[in-house]
Amino acid sequence: MTKFLLPLGLFVLLAVVLAIGIRHSPEKGIIASPLLGKPAPVFALPNLTDPAHEVRSADLRGHWYLFNVWGTWCGGCREEHQALLQVRRAAVVPIIGLDWKDDDAQALGWLTQLGNPYQSVATDHSGREAIEWGVYGAPETFLVNPQGIVVYKHVGALTPDTWSREILPRVSGRRAGSS
Amino acid sequence: MGRSARVVLITACLALALVRAAWAVDPTELPDPALQARYLALTHELRCMQCQNEALADSPVGLAADLRREVRDQLLAGKSDDQIRAWMTARYGDFILFRPRYSLRNAWLWGAPFALLLIGALVCWRVVRTRTTLLPGDHEPLEEDGQNG
Amino acid sequence: MLPELGHFALILALLLAGLQAFFGIAGPALARDRWSGAVTSAVAGQAVMVATAVACLIACFVSEDFSVAYVAENSNSALPLFYRVSALWGAHEGSLLLWILLLAAWTVAVALGSGRLPPRFAARVLGVLGVVSFGFLLFTLATSSPFVRLDPPAPDGRDLNPILQDPGLAIHPPILYTGYVGFAVAFAFACAAMLEGRLDQNWARWTRPWTTAAWSFLTCGIALGSFWAYYELGWGGFWFWDPVENASFMPWLMGTALIHSLAVTDKRGLFKSWTLLLAILAFSLSLLGTFLVRSGVLVSVHSFAADPTRGIFILVFLIIMIGGALALYAWRAPLLRSSAGFELGARESFLLFNNVLLVIAAATVFAGTLAPLISDSLKLGTLSVGPPYFNPTFMLSMLPLLALLSVGIHANWKRGRLNDSQRTLLYTFIAAAVLGCGFVFGLYSHARVLTPIGATLALWIILSSLVDPIDRWRRGLTLPRAVLGMTVAHFGVALAVFALTTVQSFTIERDVALAPGGTATVGDYEFRFEGVKPVEGPNYEAVAGTLTVTRHGAPVAVMIPQKRNFWVQHQVTSETAIRMHRGNNLLLALGEDLGAGRWSVRIQIRPLVSLVWIAAFIMAMGGALAASDRRYRAARALATAPEGATAGQPG
Repeated sequence: MTKFLLPLGLFVLLAVVLAIGIRHSPEKGIIASPLLGKPAPVFALPNLTDPAHEVRSADLRGHWYLFNVWGTWCGGCREEHQALLQVRRAAVVPIIGLDWKDDDAQALGWLTQLGNPYQSVATDHSGREAIEWGVYGAPETFLVNPQGIVVYKHVGALTPDTWSREILPRVSGRRAGSS
Repeated sequence: MGRSARVVLITACLALALVRAAWAVDPTELPDPALQARYLALTHELRCMQCQNEALADSPVGLAADLRREVRDQLLAGKSDDQIRAWMTARYGDFILFRPRYSLRNAWLWGAPFALLLIGALVCWRVVRTRTTLLPGDHEPLEEDGQNG
Repeated sequence: MLPELGHFALILALLLAGLQAFFGIAGPALARDRWSGAVTSAVAGQAVMVATAVACLIACFVSEDFSVAYVAENSNSALPLFYRVSALWGAHEGSLLLWILLLAAWTVAVALGSGRLPPRFAARVLGVLGVVSFGFLLFTLATSSPFVRLDPPAPDGRDLNPILQDPGLAIHPPILYTGYVGFAVAFAFACAAMLEGRLDQNWARWTRPWTTAAWSFLTCGIALGSFWAYYELGWGGFWFWDPVENASFMPWLMGTALIHSLAVTDKRGLFKSWTLLLAILAFSLSLLGTFLVRSGVLVSVHSFAADPTRGIFILVFLIIMIGGALALYAWRAPLLRSSAGFELGARESFLLFNNVLLVIAAATVFAGTLAPLISDSLKLGTLSVGPPYFNPTFMLSMLPLLALLSVGIHANWKRGRLNDSQRTLLYTFIAAAVLGCGFVFGLYSHARVLTPIGATLALWIILSSLVDPIDRWRRGLTLPRAVLGMTVAHFGVALAVFALTTVQSFTIERDVALAPGGTATVGDYEFRFEGVKPVEGPNYEAVAGTLTVTRHGAPVAVMIPQKRNFWVQHQVTSETAIRMHRGNNLLLALGEDLGAGRWSVRIQIRPLVSLVWIAAFIMAMGGALAASDRRYRAARALATAPEGATAGQPG
């Protein structure tokens, strides 16, 4: 007799899975980064604003930093620019920019016009560096700790909300009590 | 999280993908036919991470072109298919593969068809056994146009 | 005015659907025959109101009323009239209205055709359909009304998605939905039987034509979508195992199983509870498909804009409808018993195998489609499933099914008497194998392992299907329409298998970069690129490339693929150039401008691909033939067995 309850039982399970799926659905399209908890890629890239000095990951060892992938062609990057400037003003964590698949002259013009929130800007004309970071759409922002491990990734425009809820706690939480 | 930016990204991608007409024609040709065959196989097996329902081979976006170039360069450098897949998944996760990996975690997915076939065979066996034993006692006449249909 | 009228009509339709549901279910349950009689009036009223609402929306489109948000998002002053009408179903809100319209149409059809049904049963069927209508109308009015106004009105519309501006895609949704929605009728018949507490062979006989008709429409709808994808999307694929494609394929597989299961229940009174379950599941999968497309739980190129609120609403609706039906099933199904018997080699056996394999196929597609969702929800990580999973697993259940088809077609009801057909089986198999291998190895120099297998199976089905009709013809017997329909449908299946085998095995595909005057040789054909020139269209501007095609030097065609830029939505579409030549489909698509007059071009040669869709239409024709057989309208002449199973009695 219970075999006739089986379809109903299976359906209930399915409904539960679907309900969970709906709850998660605003995050659909956001793929979890395999880099979380792993060392950030080592890089030595051309510097947009200071051609004489490369932007190197080795120089950033021992500090927290944000790695922000952007481009002048990217609408979301325009949106988050204000937030990035705010982060810069807070002077808690430096932002290293990666100008992805972009025109150098346009990028410089953009920074002059809108303000430069970055400590330094690396350029990636070939897209190779972005691939190393597993970037699939700009803007994306990574938080890297002093040991060089990626601890957080944010896909999409950065907002002050994300900064205060996700990034700042991680940075200051670690700061208090450790080097 | 930046919902509007994500919306823009996904919309742009869906627009491209929905239209799907601006798909990619990829005239890359590797010198060795065997390598070319592997190139085609791999670019069809890897997912475009930006337009998530297209293969690398078909997606028109810049990222897909970059990744195709990666595949090409690695093939020319002598890497094996598995090495290339591993390289890709190390950066983008399992989601970049159209073929789910043969792993313990995915065992339920790959095992499902076989398990179902087994259950199906059992069901068939039981039903046939029941009905064949009922046959001798079944004297109901069939309709006269009872053949077929 | 018009939008408000349409909106009001929808509200009235909701009320009437509610009445329809109430009278249809409460009337028979409480033995109030006046209520049961009122159902048809409610049906008529609801249909009129829904039609009015649709007419209003069409009028808004045609008159370019951009104060209606839906019109503003999906139309434009430059949009040709034909597409202004088909834009009705171009996005979520309008396509829901189409769903509701078609459901009303099916309901009216059932009401008109229910003359021979017992009145209370008919009332119940219409009542259940009313519940479904009510749910969809409520969903539309609450979350997705197409009549929402914009204030201030938009100056011009955002234009219909260019990819939908195509005749093929204009008819694909209505026909697909007709099939999809049509399974609601079988669902309603099943629920009515459960509410009544009995299910007999008459019930199966009544349900068969409705189910087969819906199945035919669904077959056509899927084939149209696939055909459109092939010639419009531009890279020669016609099935991608995309979640939304799967959402229509799963009901189709279940529907096919249901058609065959109904045959057994009709003929022998067997598999009653199983048929009941299939009828519930086929429509449930239709509803699930609707959910998947609109709720944002699955990423797909097809999906409408995702909205979790809508997702929750549909999920609740699903739980009520499917959960309710399955609960009814758990309650009533144990009462359905049969003491009929059959041999291992009997027709019933083969139909059992057919059902089991089809359900396994559907379950496999289901697993693959929902795997990313399941894996994500259960925190098993992100999983990705594509053709490399679906293709082999689908074939795992399909190959045995195709082989068993050829054998089972000779089996008789109850006592198979397959021994008598041994020689026929052997001869047909040998003939099929010879012809199949001959075709494969004779015309082509290379083949995959599955190629001769596929060709042999297909030819075996054709030959086996012809044995009985030819035998009847020789003996001067008539061929009932249902049998003719079955033969034609199986013929269609065989052709589809043959075509798919050929396409999968022998397609040649190359992307090349050509300068004007450059030539590429692909397969037996040479393609010379002549260059590009600009072209203007009503709402687009395009670049047209010209290629001269020759075969071993002899001229074949001049083909002109285009790339169109739709200026309103800033989208680019590709118009592929397709030509048939000696059974091959030549497909050319323009790629990118590589500079200095050089362009990348995609060249594909696909043998027999058009046969895939022709075969699908043949299948649908077979279904239509079978559904129109008069025998289904006559009640069974079963005088002997006690009618219907009341509690405890074997039926």
